[in-house]
Amino acid sequence: MKRARVAYAGAIHLASEYNGQLRLTDGRIVDEQDVVWLPPVEPRTVFALGLNYADHAKELAFKAPEEPLAFLKGPNTFIGHRGQTRRPADAAYMHYECELAVVIGKRAKNIKKEEALKYVSGYTIANDFAIRDYLENYYRPNLKVKNRDTCTPIGPWLVDAEDIPNPSNLAIRTYVNGKLTQEGNTKDMIFSIADLIEYFSSFMTLSPGDIILTGTPEGLADTAVGDEITTEIEGIGKLISTIVGDDLFTSGQESSHLKIHLNGRN
Amino acid sequence: MTKARVKLQKSDYSEEIEILSNRYILMNGKKYEVSQIKLDIPISGTVYGTLLNYKGTLEALKDEFHHPPYNEPPKGPILYIKPRNTFSSFLNPVPLPKGILELEIGAALGIVISKTATRVKKEHALDYIEGFTIANDISIPHKSVYRPAIRHKARDGFCPVGPWVVSKESISNPDSLGIRVYINGELKQENSTSNLIRSISRLIEDVTDFMTLNSGDVLLVGVPENAPLAKANDQIRIEIDEIGYLENSIIPEEKLSLEGIL
Repeated sequence: MKRARVAYAGAIHLASEYNGQLRLTDGRIVDEQDVVWLPPVEPRTVFALGLNYADHAKELAFKAPEEPLAFLKGPNTFIGHRGQTRRPADAAYMHYECELAVVIGKRAKNIKKEEALKYVSGYTIANDFAIRDYLENYYRPNLKVKNRDTCTPIGPWLVDAEDIPNPSNLAIRTYVNGKLTQEGNTKDMIFSIADLIEYFSSFMTLSPGDIILTGTPEGLADTAVGDEITTEIEGIGKLISTIVGDDLFTSGQESSHLKIHLNGRN
Repeated sequence: MTKARVKLQKSDYSEEIEILSNRYILMNGKKYEVSQIKLDIPISGTVYGTLLNYKGTLEALKDEFHHPPYNEPPKGPILYIKPRNTFSSFLNPVPLPKGILELEIGAALGIVISKTATRVKKEHALDYIEGFTIANDISIPHKSVYRPAIRHKARDGFCPVGPWVVSKESISNPDSLGIRVYINGELKQENSTSNLIRSISRLIEDVTDFMTLNSGDVLLVGVPENAPLAKANDQIRIEIDEIGYLENSIIPEEKLSLEGIL
């Protein structure tokens, strides 16, 4: 089953896919354009992988890591499907990263990889935007690059694990304004989903609602204000976000300045 | 008079208290000895740590700044997350992972956020602070700070927080609080938040410039240089002026799993 969290008609609902539309738990059938999509899971601890595809590591001129390169994300960075992602005016290179997101379904400690997939409740898509201008060589990549407000769209659906029998063979694609720019397959991960669950659970306890963003293949490209970015994973869905500029966030401040200015004149 | 907020282990709510001394508090009009009450972690949100925010920590690395992998000194605040599995409360044992002999004790002042803080200017930073607490930001010692250190810093029980949140009104100057670490009663480290590179208000401005802090989130201001090391069965006490002390002991994880704590 494909599940979503949406806001509709004044309330937050759980919903499932119903013939291309959404069926809310209260029975209403609504069009997907008529809801506000929220992240399909309220994120708890969120891991993200760097350089987990050999081609991408090469693209960034790094040799493939011997141990997973992982960092954590806070709840502030996540937005739902069809949301707005802010590009700061001073950024010269802000790129998308289409990633398979693995949602943990039960408490996991010291799990061997043969058993690991039993601890997955489902899969979704994340777009782990990065602004390379802000990269520094301390706990790299750091939160200024990877944990910015609005910079991790996630969704639209949480797809039940039982509906994805082989998560290690899914096509990954990104389109910028409809044009294909990134293409890969989850079979090319350096550390597989099972490896990652074994790795993290070997030194810390994973809990339901924890999410692992498993890294991105090659094919990065800069994005511009106004671009519509579609990240797609076979069998999971298509996650869309729009790049917006600083002006949307500062217009409130400008109008209050304007008001003061006008008042001064009067 | 010091006003603070505690959370008791079996309650869903926080309680307002007055701290009478390190030993006694006043709660609902009654006097209690701190060691007699079961304190839970007093915070609910995300805990963010700050790397290299003490002048001494930066000084210790300065010969390496201009060499790979760092190449230049840090510009922005360097942050990391202490995830939920690391949270632990006052007097709760810290598990010493199998095969690890020593843990680094990270004595950190925690800023507890009171309301949604986005792009806050330093002049207004205090408006977004509920109060202050103490965190023990424990790490497995690691020299390189080039890559994120989840395996070293995000282990179960590696972030005791407490014993309480002291209201900001009860703190005279959070940018000048003495911090001391005692191991088995012996003073091992002494520093002060007056040695921060980014003061509390500046840190809030620089962090909220790109990420929102929410009510209940905690921003740790940093860990001073020469963090002391502790081994199995050591008792750790972190004291911060005007807040109190946070006490935990280090216990091998095999022993804790047998007791059902892990």
